[in-house]
Amino acid sequence: MDLSVITGSLDQYLAGLWLTVHLVALSCAIGLAAAVPLAVARVSRNPAVRGPVAAYTWFFRGTPMLVQLLLIYYGLGQFQWMQAQWEAGHPFWLLFREPYFCALLAFALNTGAYTTEIIAGAIRNVPHGEIEAAKAAGMSRFVMARRILLPSALRRAIPAYSNEVILMLQGSSIASAITLVDLTGAARNVYSKHFAPFEAFVFAGLIYLVLTFALVGLFQLAERRWLAHLRAQRNPRPVG
Amino acid sequence: MFHGYLPTILGGALLTLELAVLSLVFALVAGLAGAAAKLSRSMLLRTAATVYTTVVRGVPDLVMMLLVFYGGQMVVNHVTEHFDLGYFDLNPMVAGVLTIGFIFGGYFAETFRGAFLAVPAGQLEAGAAYGMTRWQVFARILFPQMLRHALPGLGNNWLVLLKSTAIVSMIGLSDMTWLADQAGRTTREPFLFYLLVCVLYLAMTTVSSWLLARLEKRYSAGVRAAEL
Repeated sequence: MDLSVITGSLDQYLAGLWLTVHLVALSCAIGLAAAVPLAVARVSRNPAVRGPVAAYTWFFRGTPMLVQLLLIYYGLGQFQWMQAQWEAGHPFWLLFREPYFCALLAFALNTGAYTTEIIAGAIRNVPHGEIEAAKAAGMSRFVMARRILLPSALRRAIPAYSNEVILMLQGSSIASAITLVDLTGAARNVYSKHFAPFEAFVFAGLIYLVLTFALVGLFQLAERRWLAHLRAQRNPRPVG
Repeated sequence: MFHGYLPTILGGALLTLELAVLSLVFALVAGLAGAAAKLSRSMLLRTAATVYTTVVRGVPDLVMMLLVFYGGQMVVNHVTEHFDLGYFDLNPMVAGVLTIGFIFGGYFAETFRGAFLAVPAGQLEAGAAYGMTRWQVFARILFPQMLRHALPGLGNNWLVLLKSTAIVSMIGLSDMTWLADQAGRTTREPFLFYLLVCVLYLAMTTVSSWLLARLEKRYSAGVRAAEL
């Protein structure tokens, strides 16, 4: 092990780390924001509402994120219509030539699909009594969703969602397939410059490991805060 | 429609399946060993297994694969130089199977551990009371029952494993993703070929899910599900 390879490229690793962190944070935020309404649609009794969402999650959960990323970044340029927009300099469509934007889009669509199914599952598992109580209190369907169903489901979804965020962190390493220099991309550059695979990739792996631990810790705090009512009680008070 | 590339890509799909199945076999072996280590009385084995499952979950598959592919080649070169052997090329298929198998072995270890613990101890005692040897108890009672509890977890991980084979194209294995990339560049129709790969993956994952659901039903014969 030649540690100077690592110490000499710390700034590259830092820049890569920063890209990884905000790609993952932004795509998870977008995916989560989209997943809440989509999950409500997913559990709808109306097949015309439920169907398109089911098709979306089926496609994005059934194919590798790498292929989705390549499809968006390299694939869309095939269409002459898209090329015409690029030549015309249309600012919105030019975004699809930016690797950063394409990675963000692919990651957000992917995590959005998984998160939709996680939240939909949590909604289906909301105890029936809570819903009956809301109905008995005379709440409308919207009020019930806002006050009872969603808060209860979102809390219960936290453990499964924490796994999804960790998988997104690991999955984001494919960003280097479309020329982005994230943490993995930085490690690949360091490897090809110094021809030192162990130093380059083990160090990157360690950073990912630390990030994962940090996420696990954060989600434990979140569970303690929002799932406190579901924790096993150490000294249950005798009833009556 | 596919400019004659369809047979090539389908061949790549077979290679992807081969990679996935070989990795699965390796992962199952590693997973059983990991679970045995986690449940063993030896502190050393338990710690080693915990480090294994933690590292596997905390490091991206791509980073590990690059390490195995480039680092492994370096180790191979050192060994061949030392023993005066000819140049040996570590191929992407071997690196892929080793890495994916190693990673999913870690996930399987957790699944198997939970499944072994889910088999009621009374049944094992009953087996011993009948005079079965420890191996007979394992083969006749513990293992078949464990499999039923492990099946849902194994199924989910198989689907994840299947999709993670795509990243082996990044170290140059000519699987269907890599071939689609080549075909897309040559024909200037990348969207078409990537979409074809998506359809092939969807077919594999959908058929797998269907088969797994049937298997689970079969293995749960005689088990009553909780109903509300």
